[in-house]
Amino acid sequence: MNAIIWQGTNHVGVETVPDPTLLLPTDAIVRVTSTAICGSDLHLLDGFIPSMEKGDILGHEFMGEVVEVGADVKRVRVGERVIMPFNLACGVCDPCRRGLFSACDNSNPNHRMAEALYGATSASGLFGYSHLFGGYAGGQAQFVRVPFADVSCFAIESDLRDDSVLFLTDIFPTGFQAAENCGIVPGRDVVAVFGAGPVGQFALRSAQMLGAAEVIVVDRVTERLRLAEAAGARTINYEQTDVLVALREATGGRGPDHVIDAVGLEAHGHGPGALLDTAEQKLRLSFDRITALRWAILSCAKGGTVSMPGVYGGLVDKLPLGAAFSKGLTLKMGQTHTHRYVRPLLERIQQGEIDPSFVITHRAPLSQGPELYKTFRDKHDGCIKVVLDPWT
Amino acid sequence: MTSGKAGQGPVTAPDHASTGATMPGAERAMFGAAGAFLLTAGLRSGSPFQKLLIGGLGAGLTALAVRGRSPLATALKIQQDGDGHVLVSEAVTIGKSADGLYAVWRKLENLPSLMKHLERVEVLDERRSRWTVKAPAGYSGGEVSWEAELTADEPGRRIAWQSLPGAQVENSGEVLFRAAPGDRGTEVAVHLNYRPLGGSVGAVVARIAGQEPSQQLRDDLMRFKREQELGYHPTTEGQSSGRASRGGKA
Ligand SMILES: [Zn+2]
Ligand SMILES: [Zn+2]
Repeated sequence: MNAIIWQGTNHVGVETVPDPTLLLPTDAIVRVTSTAICGSDLHLLDGFIPSMEKGDILGHEFMGEVVEVGADVKRVRVGERVIMPFNLACGVCDPCRRGLFSACDNSNPNHRMAEALYGATSASGLFGYSHLFGGYAGGQAQFVRVPFADVSCFAIESDLRDDSVLFLTDIFPTGFQAAENCGIVPGRDVVAVFGAGPVGQFALRSAQMLGAAEVIVVDRVTERLRLAEAAGARTINYEQTDVLVALREATGGRGPDHVIDAVGLEAHGHGPGALLDTAEQKLRLSFDRITALRWAILSCAKGGTVSMPGVYGGLVDKLPLGAAFSKGLTLKMGQTHTHRYVRPLLERIQQGEIDPSFVITHRAPLSQGPELYKTFRDKHDGCIKVVLDPWT
Repeated sequence: MTSGKAGQGPVTAPDHASTGATMPGAERAMFGAAGAFLLTAGLRSGSPFQKLLIGGLGAGLTALAVRGRSPLATALKIQQDGDGHVLVSEAVTIGKSADGLYAVWRKLENLPSLMKHLERVEVLDERRSRWTVKAPAGYSGGEVSWEAELTADEPGRRIAWQSLPGAQVENSGEVLFRAAPGDRGTEVAVHLNYRPLGGSVGAVVARIAGQEPSQQLRDDLMRFKREQELGYHPTTEGQSSGRASRGGKA
């Protein structure tokens, strides 16, 4: 089959590799019909998430049709059209039973590596996201092996297009959880979203669905800001204005009641903190550039929530913890418990509350994936979200 | 120190005596970066020995960075009592009943499938058994074995053992089973106490080579948990990748 392969830092390519096979009786094999490139794939591309190996198959947002199931698979049937959350969960451990699927105890066979790097117990395994997170082959391919099939596969009715349901695998639930974590008081709370990439776009629309009085979106890329405005958000281009002053101004000096940091570890931005972050990251002394998080904490209103769906890697310093403390902020963060949101968000799609395909700007055959990784990374050509077809 | 749970007496954690000073930030970050690099390089390496040595060193450096202790202090931090015994403790919560988990451990001949460094355990009679482990790297003879006897056997609660006089590796240990709060199952805690082959130098070398007993014990307990909760071990071995197509390992 054809698959997008990590070939080394800043190199991805399409290669012909063996078809996946069932490795455990709880596995399924899925023929992939649509697959996407996620913003967090870019952290793999540039090598900021360690432990990639040359030859790894990328991709954690994909869907398709079940073509084979293992002997112990009970719920999933061959021929079913399914989507798979990007994180892997066993479904039986204590975190899984509490709905904390991204904290699954059992799905990362390389928990030891992750613990050594982070100095803490590891998160769940992830599709196509480095050996720290299990080293599972990803879904930017024609076929994919799906572990824990009964827990992983969610059947989708056939009258919904791939484009409308594909993002239930990651960016829609990620944006939604980020908004839910804010504990928005409907009709009262103002929410600021830093980063108008795909997750930021879904966070904005989720905040609206949860009743935010107003949403303000901060970014520097015109196309992204336009897309946010189309949804009814006010926008701030941080390259043209002092973002902290603009946010105070827009909220009568209070600051937004809640701030969503949908940027994560590779924030752009300026100021001495940003310069130091960049220097440390270049020297591999630090994995994270945290300008967005710093601004989020500094701008958030007293008693507010800073919600962090953006990915953070290792150690972070120069965090304005004093500001967070003096304002009594709540920080909420972590990988999405995707499994929890698939059904409820699917219902919202079916009821016409939202069509997630609005975010797609580029569509191409899998063979053009490597070029589009670069287009997406460089935000060229108005690129916000790329969907690839493995069979054209 | 908290008081004991469910009448098990005080929770005994080994002393974390440290002799080192805390590393400054930059040094710590350097260790972190070097550690991550070595960890990755080690795990990528084809040779199992390099994997252990480089990967272990990487993991060690990374852990140093994360803990912020100086290398010397950490090397000496291998927890030892006054008689030169190494103390190792680890615990895991498993979503199963204490009685069931106790029953698995009590069949001592099962232990090698739970604890990877054990080659075999032969049950000699009600109380006595013979334990065999692979010898650490650099130790001639290939295997080390000793006889042990049970010193406590409380069904559903505790199993303890002690090596008999004349053992090559003088050791003792216990496994505790405690109900976890709520409906979370059972907390399984293991305490091991042994005199390392080659004294504390041996213990330091073993740690650098990635055979650190506390890490090994944690891996063993995670494996046990997965066996009990899932009935199998998640794996990626044999999966499709761009390595197989070049004739390399998958
Ligand atoms: Zn993603
Ligand atoms: Zn789980």
